[in-house]
Amino acid sequence: MLNLQTESISLKQQNGQFGKNGAPQGTPKSRRRLYQSIVFNFLRAAALINGAALAIILWFMLARGWRAINWEFLTTAPYDSMTKGGILPCIVGTLCLGIGAMIVAFPIGVASAIYLNEYARPGKVLRVIRLGINNLAGVPSVVFGLFGLAFFVIYLEMGVSLLAGALTLAAMSLPVIIGASEEALKSVPDTYREASLGLGATKWQTIYRVVLPAALPGILTGGILGLSRAAGELAPVMFTAAVFFAPHLPSSPFSEVMTLPYHIYVLATAGTEIEATRPLQYGSALVLIALVLGMNLAAIIYRARLRNRLS
Amino acid sequence: MNMAFLNSRTREKIIKNMFFGIALACIITLGLITLFLFMEGVPIFDLVSVKDFVFGMYWYPTSDPPDFGIFPLIVGSVFVTILSATISIPLGVMSALYLAEIAKPKMREIVKPIVELIASLPSVVIGFFGMVIVAPFLQEVFDIPTGLNMFNAALMLAFMSIPTICSISEDAIYSVPNALREASLGLGATKLETIVRVILPASISGVSTAVILGMSRAIGETMVVLMVAGGAAALPQSLFDPVRPLPASIAAEMAEAPFRGDHYHALFATGVVLFIFTFFFNIIADMIAHKYKQTGDATL
Repeated sequence: MLNLQTESISLKQQNGQFGKNGAPQGTPKSRRRLYQSIVFNFLRAAALINGAALAIILWFMLARGWRAINWEFLTTAPYDSMTKGGILPCIVGTLCLGIGAMIVAFPIGVASAIYLNEYARPGKVLRVIRLGINNLAGVPSVVFGLFGLAFFVIYLEMGVSLLAGALTLAAMSLPVIIGASEEALKSVPDTYREASLGLGATKWQTIYRVVLPAALPGILTGGILGLSRAAGELAPVMFTAAVFFAPHLPSSPFSEVMTLPYHIYVLATAGTEIEATRPLQYGSALVLIALVLGMNLAAIIYRARLRNRLS
Repeated sequence: MNMAFLNSRTREKIIKNMFFGIALACIITLGLITLFLFMEGVPIFDLVSVKDFVFGMYWYPTSDPPDFGIFPLIVGSVFVTILSATISIPLGVMSALYLAEIAKPKMREIVKPIVELIASLPSVVIGFFGMVIVAPFLQEVFDIPTGLNMFNAALMLAFMSIPTICSISEDAIYSVPNALREASLGLGATKLETIVRVILPASISGVSTAVILGMSRAIGETMVVLMVAGGAAALPQSLFDPVRPLPASIAAEMAEAPFRGDHYHALFATGVVLFIFTFFFNIIADMIAHKYKQTGDATL
């Protein structure tokens, strides 16, 4: 009651403040507009800061890294205790780890998404699975590293190896793949499914022959994003796969590998000649950025085209 | 596969159950992570009590006798995360508002991919950038002994969590039904008043989820704090003191910890603490998302 009264009083007071044209006199229209344009410029500035930050990082890496990059840098192994030579083993190792992770995570992720989007009914089970996915997505990368060390390296006796690292990365990128695949499956119109079911196809036939082909480009985009994410991560492979120096290119799933992120990290923090190898560090960082951003950019452009085609 | 001998109904059932089994992979992985973290972490509590471990002020795992107190590390993690949140929350939410409410479609198409690209930058690159570019810059500008400190780490972490905060909030804001906007504008409110009084309250659950997930990402991020935070396991006295957050300690020391020694177990127990932190963040985010279900069709 009291509340209502005060409210009506304040309403009255407000009414009293209105001028002829209905705008509150306390804050004339021009001032409201002024506030708005000030705040909007702040919002614009915030968005601009993000872009500027990205640009600054890319610019510094480009400006200081491009001189290090040449054919020899990309195609030879490091020598003279890592102070000279190229980064071929690191590039190969990074790609092997990323692709290995995708070989495991991609089918599992897509199948999970199919279950979630096509089969599951809302309820407790679905809620628990989603909670599991969300929580897995939130597990810190270094905890994945610990898990990989305890489970794959030690318990399953894989040792520090390409296989152990790839499996650890697979566990980490599973939620990414599931998210992207689900989005792709969701974007397939229900009319497709209804038409197929109406023609007498079973649910599985519908999924396999109609839904999956329609969603495939989106799902593949998710795979690329997962690959780029896995390739750039270091903490999960630090104790499970990566070594500072391996004399040979990885030859089996049980070899230790060199990776670009680890190479950058060790050269920048623990090498004996941190200053002398700066160009190598910038060069490696630039190659890693090019690799990861290239994949992402491709995925983003591809997806944008796809959206335009669908809409 | 040839399953022609089964009638189609049984076959469909088998297929469905197969997919269900695969969909459990995430939960199984999560279960295995929990199991193995605890298995390798719990033995340290034979040596120190949980209370001494969590609230112990000294982390000297390699001295004799060793000290396993991770309180300075927890404080380091929490401070760095809060500090980064004070930067990333306003910037992230404001960018999201710009994208969802003000930006013209053309601009949206340019700015959104930029945010995604930021999210895709490898953390080691951002750590490296913080080390070689930002640290010397801070050292010179603020005239401090080292540029590798809490402030630098918070700055880099903010940059990494902005994309999370921005894109999830943007989803939430964008999916506020247009009817609400139109009603507010129709009553004579300006665009700004509509945003502040209608759009933000309507999307607050999505925005808070975004903020929590962004902070969860910041507290768990490893490479950046390992390379940039300075690494001193002491309580920070100022913004520019070096700290040693939980993930940094794990990543830096694991290689040297003797296998299944006390130090090794202590690092796993540190991992457990970190895991519990992020687990709670995620549970809270999930609860908010479900309890205050948003109007419109925001999916998180």
